[in-house]
Amino acid sequence: MSADHGYGYYVKIWAGLMVLFAISVIGPSLEIMWLTLITAFGVAVVKALMVAAYFLHLNIEKRYIWLLLIGAILFLGAFYAGLAPDIQNTSGTNWVHCNGYNDANKARILAEAKIADEHHPGIIDHLTHGAGASHLLLPGSPDCTPQRF
Amino acid sequence: MSFQAPIATGRSVTGIPTGRLAMWMLLASEFMIFGGLVVCYLLYRMHNAYWGMEAAHTNVYAGATNTFVLLTSSLFIVMAHHAADVKKDTKTAVKYMMLTVGCGLIFLCVKAYEYTTEITHGYVIQSNPFWSFYYTATGIHAGHVIAGMTAIYICSLDVAKGKQLQRVEFCGIYWHFVDLVWIFLFPLMYIAK
Amino acid sequence: MAHHEMTFSEKFLFPVDHKYIGLQYMWTSLIMAAFGGFMAYVFRMQLAWPGESVPLWGLVTPANYNALITNHATIMIFWVGMPLLIAAFGNILIPLMIGCDDMVFPRLNRLSYQIFLISTIVLFISFIVPGGGFGGSWTSYPPLSARAEYNLTPWGSSLWLLAVALEIIAFLLGGINFLTTTMNSRAPGMKMMDIPIVIWMINIAVILFMFSVGPLVAGAIMLLFDQQLGTSFYVPSGGGDPVLFQHLFWFFGHPEVYVLLLPCLGFIAEIITTFSRKKLFGYKTIIYTTFMTGVLSMIVWAHHQFIAGIDPRMATIFSVTTIMISLPICVIYMCYIATLYGGSIEFTTPMLWALGFIIEFLVGGLTGLFLGSSGLDIYFHDNTFVVAHFHYTLMPTVFFGMFAAIYYWYPKIFGKMYSETLGKIHFWGTAIPFNGIFIPLFILGIAGQHRKIYDYNHFPELMQPGMQDLRIYATMSLIVMILFQVPFILNFIGSIKNGEPAENNPWKANSLEWVATSPAPHGNFETLPTVYRGAYEYSREDMEEDYLPQNVPSKA
Repeated sequence: MSADHGYGYYVKIWAGLMVLFAISVIGPSLEIMWLTLITAFGVAVVKALMVAAYFLHLNIEKRYIWLLLIGAILFLGAFYAGLAPDIQNTSGTNWVHCNGYNDANKARILAEAKIADEHHPGIIDHLTHGAGASHLLLPGSPDCTPQRF
Repeated sequence: MSFQAPIATGRSVTGIPTGRLAMWMLLASEFMIFGGLVVCYLLYRMHNAYWGMEAAHTNVYAGATNTFVLLTSSLFIVMAHHAADVKKDTKTAVKYMMLTVGCGLIFLCVKAYEYTTEITHGYVIQSNPFWSFYYTATGIHAGHVIAGMTAIYICSLDVAKGKQLQRVEFCGIYWHFVDLVWIFLFPLMYIAK
Repeated sequence: MAHHEMTFSEKFLFPVDHKYIGLQYMWTSLIMAAFGGFMAYVFRMQLAWPGESVPLWGLVTPANYNALITNHATIMIFWVGMPLLIAAFGNILIPLMIGCDDMVFPRLNRLSYQIFLISTIVLFISFIVPGGGFGGSWTSYPPLSARAEYNLTPWGSSLWLLAVALEIIAFLLGGINFLTTTMNSRAPGMKMMDIPIVIWMINIAVILFMFSVGPLVAGAIMLLFDQQLGTSFYVPSGGGDPVLFQHLFWFFGHPEVYVLLLPCLGFIAEIITTFSRKKLFGYKTIIYTTFMTGVLSMIVWAHHQFIAGIDPRMATIFSVTTIMISLPICVIYMCYIATLYGGSIEFTTPMLWALGFIIEFLVGGLTGLFLGSSGLDIYFHDNTFVVAHFHYTLMPTVFFGMFAAIYYWYPKIFGKMYSETLGKIHFWGTAIPFNGIFIPLFILGIAGQHRKIYDYNHFPELMQPGMQDLRIYATMSLIVMILFQVPFILNFIGSIKNGEPAENNPWKANSLEWVATSPAPHGNFETLPTVYRGAYEYSREDMEEDYLPQNVPSKA
């Protein structure tokens, strides 16, 4: 499939792509965070859409193909959403309810520590004040932010 | 054993020619392969802040050159398609196809130069997961470039004899996809620091 | 249309005809099923009588045991389920049922089988290389699978991975062919809503496969690099994350279950409609709910990882979607039962298999509810309860569905009738021992029997009185079930030669494959048919016969 227009039409699209390409190289070199994100990735999306629409002729293609591509993108989105809490932002794996649950846990760990203390003196100190304090939810923790215990 | 295409191949209930429909299916599966790889990279990248420092060691100029080369080659192949499909001008079509293959060669040469400098500077695939992803993603992409070049070259032999003109479009669809992947790999691997 | 006689090599060695490619797939996967069954026999014997020499095998070492369970699963899913349900029947049925002369890309089809055959050979090579076959389970979780010093199979693990990757490529090529053929090459007059259910189901399965397998292909390349180049994509000590591979695997692995289930549901729909002599209940409902099942099946994968330490909030979400997916399947089930209700049911062999599927799969579905809830799963996922559940879903899907389809389309494929008596012996001899294998596994699982254990003698709490008896009972049932496949082999091979010649339409069914002669020649139809209606017009009052084929024009 190819609409009936001359070679010049494609050269114009290419010129547009070149402008975008220049932006995507120059923008990030200013080393401003938000500008980098927009110029590098925003422009990449625009470039990709331009190639897809005009070179791949998606602008005049049947809707089946759109369904296929949109379906693929949605499933990939679901894939990302499902993985992100585990791989990208792993603090969530230690997520707990706050109300009373942590207190009970803290009590349990301290009770166990008391027994252990007979063999390893100082372990309670270690758990409440020392390097092991991160294993307990600290008293007075104001919110439900993820904490190790 | 001569092969004769079945009647089924000539039917087109959807209105999309059979070959092109199949190319889109192939692209959808390829899209998921590269998509999966890029999603894995993004997840790791955003988990490990230090990867930005590693990315600073990639050669942005080489990457930019390659982006330019591939975008231009996309123009060439769409011109070839236009020549074959609308103008029925096989000579021009073959010329543009050869230019596309040439662009692919330049791309691979630049890639080889990049790999060589990086490896000699000690950034090898085992260095850390960033470099593993860098070599895996660009390597698989380079494999696709080689496959695309081979396909275009083989098709150009037929096109030169005035046969199978519709195949120029199929090669083109594949080549644009290879270009699209690079459009995303370039900012992901080179620009973002 | 010019039919020409095909030479031997065109028919059997390098065919481009879809029916012969389908047959190649069928024979290869039936042979693979024999290997898979033999492996199950060997490791079940080891569990029943640990440490004793197994007839036809010898002593089972721990490494043997691991390799056997790994490859049993791999073979049964990738080399039996997929090629039989989708590739073999998809190839045979799609062009016949949509009324065209072949697949749109016959040579691509041939390439697909050839890659599949190479993958089979690679899998067999992986058993005999130094270190033996891969033993890290079919899920191949890293870091166990990622480093040779952990899994002790430096070659086996990579070759296993390569074989699976090649097999996936073969099915991607085949799947593209199936989808394109169905979308583009339907007979004139066949609208979307005239396509038989089984063709819908196979195609939806292919779409699911196409969308779900991509990330795993990328993941498999990464795993291969971990194994062979020493990268650390999944190795925590090098900065990787093993949970990533679990996600990649199950993002494919869960839809894969539906890739197998959907074609089977399609076979069942065709068979119960034909043998109830009644219009299929809720044709459009089934199609829409199948799409729903497909979409949902892509977002339930992490229920396989509740015990892997994933984010508990995500576990809740995945619990909900997992329980949700039983709804569309229930709708499909209700449609099937409504089709049966009030029909004139004929208990032929394919019908028995179909009804057997409906009943047995129900057990698998209901036990799935326990595993779907993230709390209960923590207990049940670690023992043979999950094994029994899985086999109650996939045994009916792969084997009941496959046998139903083989018997139902046998007259069309070979042009001969099979023996009903042998078929019925085969059915009852398989269905009853099947329950004998897996009900003990449910009971043992609830009692805490861990899975993937080589010898339970090392676990005194799992050697309570009666537990070993149940293991022996399950093993005996397995042996009985395997022995009852002999009638099938006799029937399947014997009837090709000695069966009575089949009519073109022995079941008086409506869909287009029954219009072609049995067996269908190269090119399938004398004149390519035109379609006037859907495939499920049975017992209409305004007709003389109780069926109305798709290609017969209505009397005005």
